[in-house]
Amino acid sequence: METPTYLAAELRLPTNWLDYTLLGIYFVVVLGIGFAARRSVKTSLDFFLSGRSLPAWVTGLAFVAANLGATEILGMAANSAQYGVYTTHWYWIGAIPAMVFLGLVMMPFYYGSKVRSVPEFLLLRFDKAAHMLSSILFAFAAILIAGVNLYALAIVVEALLGWPEWVAIVVAGAFVLAYITLGGLSSAIYNEVLQFFVILAALIPITVLGLKKVGGWDGLSDSLTKTHGADFMTSWGGTGIGSANPLGANWLTIVLGLGFVLSFGYWTTNFAEVQRALSAKNLSAAQRTPLIAAFPKIFIVFLVMIPGLVAAVLVPKIGTSGSDLQYNDAIPYLMEQLLPNGVLGIAVTGLLAAFMAGMAANVSSFNTVFTTDIWQKYVVKDREDAYYVRFGRLITVIGVLASIGTAFLASSFSNIMSYLQTLFSFFNVPMFVVFIIGMFWKRASMKSGFWGLVAGTVAAMVNYFVIYKQGIIDIPSDQGANFVSAIAGFVAGAVVMIVVTLFTKPKPAAELQGLVYGTLPQSRLRSTGGTPTPGMSEPPAAGDDAWYRKPALLGWGAVVLAALCYIPFSF
Amino acid sequence: MSENSGYSENAVSREVTELETNSATAARLFDIRRIIGGLFVVYGVIVTIAGFTASDADLDKAEGVNINLWTGLGMLVLGLFFLVWLKLRPTAPPPPDTVPGDEPPQ
Repeated sequence: METPTYLAAELRLPTNWLDYTLLGIYFVVVLGIGFAARRSVKTSLDFFLSGRSLPAWVTGLAFVAANLGATEILGMAANSAQYGVYTTHWYWIGAIPAMVFLGLVMMPFYYGSKVRSVPEFLLLRFDKAAHMLSSILFAFAAILIAGVNLYALAIVVEALLGWPEWVAIVVAGAFVLAYITLGGLSSAIYNEVLQFFVILAALIPITVLGLKKVGGWDGLSDSLTKTHGADFMTSWGGTGIGSANPLGANWLTIVLGLGFVLSFGYWTTNFAEVQRALSAKNLSAAQRTPLIAAFPKIFIVFLVMIPGLVAAVLVPKIGTSGSDLQYNDAIPYLMEQLLPNGVLGIAVTGLLAAFMAGMAANVSSFNTVFTTDIWQKYVVKDREDAYYVRFGRLITVIGVLASIGTAFLASSFSNIMSYLQTLFSFFNVPMFVVFIIGMFWKRASMKSGFWGLVAGTVAAMVNYFVIYKQGIIDIPSDQGANFVSAIAGFVAGAVVMIVVTLFTKPKPAAELQGLVYGTLPQSRLRSTGGTPTPGMSEPPAAGDDAWYRKPALLGWGAVVLAALCYIPFSF
Repeated sequence: MSENSGYSENAVSREVTELETNSATAARLFDIRRIIGGLFVVYGVIVTIAGFTASDADLDKAEGVNINLWTGLGMLVLGLFFLVWLKLRPTAPPPPDTVPGDEPPQ
């Protein structure tokens, strides 16, 4: 039985009045943003999608920050302390290609069709069954993950600051509740942008001082090569098929499972992410949202991986029974060891901000899906718009309360990251297969969407909980099993979709305009009748033709840069 | 409502277009650059002062680096960058056909 404690008790930070002042200022600003954003909420579109009016750099930074929750930061540092430089895969192959694909290929369908959520796209492309299933699954997952964040926050705050868990849960929950209820998505996004910079201000000093402590990159590399072997400091070393490595994955499962299925599932169909892009002010800005996010994402890995590696040098027995420190303690440990009061307060603020933003991203996407996709479509239809704004605020309150309730589900995995990845592999993988087939194959029938979702989810769960957990096939780690489950879910979903399509009737071609590759939005059909390029229904805004705003250049630039980053870590 | 979904791209598109016309965000939402700039200038000043008054124990802890000073200056520069950017490229005025006025009383 694992204890639900992520952090060692002796990690109590020597915080003083200065640190608490910095933290207090942040909380005041967070609430201030909520109150100030309130006056911009007039319609339900303002509340749920910021009126589709935000500039690309804001939505782009919110896109990366929504993912840069504290569970990600602590979890990826933990990953690095445990698996070494393999962590880079979660960034360079496990994020960048999917983000670029979202921006260049999928966004014209998403944004151009004017859907307000990812499930709403499924409603247009497939049928109500697929829509309802994906809405409910997403709402469920969002609350669960919001709960994970809240619970992790409570444990970290208890260990670091000595606040009782319930105080941390109530304080953080109340602030998230207040600023989303007041200002809706605008407030959530603005806070994410702010959190992005605060978390950088927290991680950069930790990384710099950590490196200095272990004698720079060379010192770090030498120490770890001596203690953990040469593969620990490479991305691909030891990942040949059949060779053993601590990650429990080979290059094929890394590329297909993590790089293709898991990552595309997460980045392209997880509404907590896609919502940020849908709130952009025009198609060009929506396309650039994930592309702008890709550049910081490429380099953030260094700010979480290096602290993890440094911790592995300073505490060689970290994560084993020979040490009180868990892998998740890596960053808090360095904060305690290296940061004087002042920067320490910034780091604590950054961690708390990241926890709250991670929760807020899920709450703000949950309230959108629950209101526009479940309530407005199936329960209370055709009311005036103001009713749905009120309902959105009400469901935000309920969502926060529910996530407090689910917070305690997070306790059975020692590595927070694999818990989240497990959930994503079960919910997002089938979503991705349904999307990709639905967007590129006109014939895919209305009913195939629902059955693809069911089959993919079930297959991933069966593979994980039956085949892996019961030991029917031998995979050395949870992470490796996640990759394989994702591939299984993807294949099962695809096969079932194709089979169901062959036996059921296709969606009428007229209803597929603007939703499937090779069709045009209705408006564009009328106005031009030109070449079938999706999502070109809007004229570009002034200035969007600048070379540095070209989506193709940004996208391919990010892919090339990520590939180049692999080179120093591959040999 | 028929067995086919009653929602076509047209229906959703029409609804969202209508909401977009009534949306107030573009006209009324403040500019986040002001907040980032303000917060980081304040943080920068506080942490830089902490750097000037750093004790020997603080310096020893941080590997001999005056980390408060450097982080504080870094944050100050970032804050000023956002304020200068806001000054040079102020918020674009809302399109005339949406909610009137940049600062309407709520």
